[in-house]
Amino acid sequence: MTKKEWPLWEIFIRGQHGLNHRHVGSLHAPDAEMAIKNARDVYTRRKEGVSIWVVPSAAITASSPSEKGPLFDPAESKVYRHPTFFDIPDEVGHM
Amino acid sequence: MYAQMVKSEGMKSPEEMTPEERAFQERVDRGEKIEPKEWMPEGYRKTLIRQMGQHAHSEIVGQLPEGNWITRAPTLERKAILLAKVQDEAGHGLYLYSAAETLGVSRDELMEKLHSGAMKYSSIFNYPTLTWADMGAVGWLVDGAAIMNQVPLQRTSYGPYSRAMIRICKEESFHQRQGYAIMMKMAQGTPEQKEMAQDALNRFWYPSLMMFGPSDKDSVHSAQSMAWKIKMNTNDELRQKFVDETVPQATYLGLTVPDETLTWNEERGHYDFAEPDWDEFFEVIKGNGPCNEERLGARREAWDKGAWFRDGLTAYAEKAAARRAASNVAAE
Ligand SMILES: [Fe+2]
Ligand SMILES: [Fe+2]
Repeated sequence: MTKKEWPLWEIFIRGQHGLNHRHVGSLHAPDAEMAIKNARDVYTRRKEGVSIWVVPSAAITASSPSEKGPLFDPAESKVYRHPTFFDIPDEVGHM
Repeated sequence: MYAQMVKSEGMKSPEEMTPEERAFQERVDRGEKIEPKEWMPEGYRKTLIRQMGQHAHSEIVGQLPEGNWITRAPTLERKAILLAKVQDEAGHGLYLYSAAETLGVSRDELMEKLHSGAMKYSSIFNYPTLTWADMGAVGWLVDGAAIMNQVPLQRTSYGPYSRAMIRICKEESFHQRQGYAIMMKMAQGTPEQKEMAQDALNRFWYPSLMMFGPSDKDSVHSAQSMAWKIKMNTNDELRQKFVDETVPQATYLGLTVPDETLTWNEERGHYDFAEPDWDEFFEVIKGNGPCNEERLGARREAWDKGAWFRDGLTAYAEKAAARRAASNVAAE
């Protein structure tokens, strides 16, 4: 029997040059180097990426679902943060 | 399907539900995705672990019948294709294990349950692959049946499961088409080759129909799973859809579906077809299929013989980390 389970890693892939790395899933590996090798086999078999990041899952701190309201609702009333809030007369031209 | 007869907890009416359960059900009804850390009924969590676990096990055990032919593929190209297909299935297993782990079960726990027989995998993989034509029949029928079930599951309520399904479905169509391509080649080949193709269809037809699980009238766990959107269609619905799509494909190949009762029912707009032998199905599920012992034996052996290697990599990683820490201290 195996003595210790390999830790879990979160995998981020940059799909194309110029795009952000995006979370694609997770996998188990003994260390970061092997996590990258495994990620290549598990998540990029069809050229889905040009770069891989691996992060120990344990290193990720997530906001809790119960904080969803306090964290994100305040933005709802701040409609003036969107350019469409302001009426600019047609005569002014494109802005 | 890849998950057959997954037990789910008893169904509750809205009045019997706690406020939390009701709010949860409303979210599911609205089509919202449920994410790992969010509140969910214990039954939902348990049922999903069973279902995703069984699905993952099926992907992994499903490599074995096809792995059998990698070294004996008729051409180098066929070998490369089959290898890629089997490698995809390993990937499918890993996506699903990871998704199941978000619900608080560990990978080793899932492995242990597969190996002890506490968790099942699909009955279909307990049948042998006797000829090269079986590689055609498996891709065409088995992956074809899997697709029937996996496409609607992309809309399942559990976020990680849904995302795994989307990824899997993108790859699955290659599997079915490479299988059908093998069948086309053989059906158009020598009389012996055509006979092999027919024989493969004969042997895989009913086991493929069994993949969808028992008839709806005997399927006790469906209602709750469907309310939770972790099962999207009934077994009989999907089986009918599979038959309707597959029969014309068999006709194109010039092969005969091994069912004398098969007829187009104008009124229903569907084929009428014979049910598989459900006694056989329950025997296979119980562990008495032609290859159950061989398949589980191969899985256990791979796991046990790989232990020294997994431990070795862990030991290496720990030593390397210790060395890095020591050289950091020395540099300070
Ligand atoms: Fe698969
Ligand atoms: Fe497949």
